[in-house]
Amino acid sequence: MTDYEMVIGLEVHCELSTASKIFCSCSTKFGGAPNTHVCEVCSGMPGTLPTLNRQVVEFAVKAGLALNCDITRKNKFDRKNYFYPDLPKAYQISQLYYPICRNGHVDIKTSAGMKSIGIHEIHMEEDAGKLVHDPLSGKTMVDFNRCGVPLIEIVSEPDFRSAEEVTAYLEKLRDTLQYLGVSDCKMQEGSMRADVNLSVRPRGQKEFGTRTEMKNIASLKAIARAIEYECERQIDVIEAGDKVVQETRRWDDEKEYTYAMRSKEDAQDYKYFPDPDLMPIEISEEYIEKVRSEIPELADAKRTRYVEELGLPEYDADIITGSTTLVKVFETTCEICGAPKDASNWVMTDLLKLCNDSHITPEDISFRFESLGEIIKMVNDGKINRKTGREVFARVFADNVDPAQYVEENGLAQVSDLSAIEPAIKEVLANNEKAVSEYLAGAEKNFQFLIGQSMRSLKGKADPQAVRSALQKLLDEMR
Amino acid sequence: MEITAELVEYLEKLGRIRLSEDEKDRTQSELASILGYIDKLGELDTTGVEPLSHAIGHVNVMREDEVTNGDMQEQILANSAETKDGAILVPKTVE
Repeated sequence: MTDYEMVIGLEVHCELSTASKIFCSCSTKFGGAPNTHVCEVCSGMPGTLPTLNRQVVEFAVKAGLALNCDITRKNKFDRKNYFYPDLPKAYQISQLYYPICRNGHVDIKTSAGMKSIGIHEIHMEEDAGKLVHDPLSGKTMVDFNRCGVPLIEIVSEPDFRSAEEVTAYLEKLRDTLQYLGVSDCKMQEGSMRADVNLSVRPRGQKEFGTRTEMKNIASLKAIARAIEYECERQIDVIEAGDKVVQETRRWDDEKEYTYAMRSKEDAQDYKYFPDPDLMPIEISEEYIEKVRSEIPELADAKRTRYVEELGLPEYDADIITGSTTLVKVFETTCEICGAPKDASNWVMTDLLKLCNDSHITPEDISFRFESLGEIIKMVNDGKINRKTGREVFARVFADNVDPAQYVEENGLAQVSDLSAIEPAIKEVLANNEKAVSEYLAGAEKNFQFLIGQSMRSLKGKADPQAVRSALQKLLDEMR
Repeated sequence: MEITAELVEYLEKLGRIRLSEDEKDRTQSELASILGYIDKLGELDTTGVEPLSHAIGHVNVMREDEVTNGDMQEQILANSAETKDGAILVPKTVE
């Protein structure tokens, strides 16, 4: 049997994190009641004019620079004409002829090593509305809230040869755009969407096979599954002596197969032309340098620094840098407690466990980020012990209490004062004569038991180290 | 480029309009004369001239990223033939 390879190119749409829409002053907030973030401009009323949102250009340039692109100095917007109820103007404002970024690349890490994926272009455009089928009336409900939300479309070169490479690339894009603050890239809310163009060819053949396109797949896992399936399907078609048809297919993630979408009567003919309502944009060298200087430390650089300079295990560095919220918590914590390894231990064990137990992602945590550092500092300074620290953190996590105040009000401060510890231990020794005499006769293991009893009588607040040495001293005196 | 009867019908479809036989004939001859004019312009030597898309010289007309529009659902829906729960109802398009 012939050995095939898959060839994949991606078009990724990301909604930009602006407050207002690209061409009007409506809110971009997700999830409002239908048609409440809509005005004359984004609903396409006759006689209205679009005005470009300055922040959109800045975000697009920032994304382009972070993805190693050339920035186009003279930009224009074009109209892409088509009729569909989600598009009230009957055209989408996009960029065909002069996209804002070109010729970039993204370096990804896979099990086979590093690989560079080319970025063909990035252009700015507006999102369309949302259509929902209404089973009761048998009609379609139209919500224009998303109409005019700014997008960048990142078009890759056909450089992918496996689902693993696609997943690594999408994760890298998501990390980068989140670090830049350009997009929140939440696939489940549709703020990051990928269209997959896939073809297969016998390994070694230069020409591309006929491709199909799969649109708007909802998660990274679903994308990987859809790619594996569609690759197999195309190979089967070719092996059976048939030809792959160029078409748009939809992935059904529950039934795990792709099917051809009803093809429109005519081939796509968008009749693009420059939008006369929007003036060209000229981007200067100074502007590009200003934006470049505002690019923060990105995930890869952070990961390397965490491992090499802060001494974090690679696994911990991977997990923390995988979430911009965890990065913020971690860095704030380090700054306050001055102990990166402790900070990462608390984040990796306590914080992630608390998140897990309450079924939330780190993005949804609501406590003051400084609290964790304050708790670690109290533990490291011997003010409270580790166990108390954990309890305080659980309260911080749940109710955002102030750690120092909570320790104070609940009398949780650690007892390390011998004058308080010794009487308690003496009492324990008096109440456990049998254990003590066995210990003195050589039963070493009873020492742990006596420590436990002493800690309990001090209500867990004592410094374990102080209890241990006081107990040792008292027992030695009894020999 | 020749404007054929088929091309007029294709444009009719793309534009979602219906033309009478009379209008089709007229459209065909009018489009042919418009294209003829454009072809005439094409005879000029424009080597080295950048394509012009905007007649006025303004660039970088932008606004700040501020939300100043509030909820105007009622006015937006006022123009639609049928609504439901704040959404506009249209003939079934979603599969």
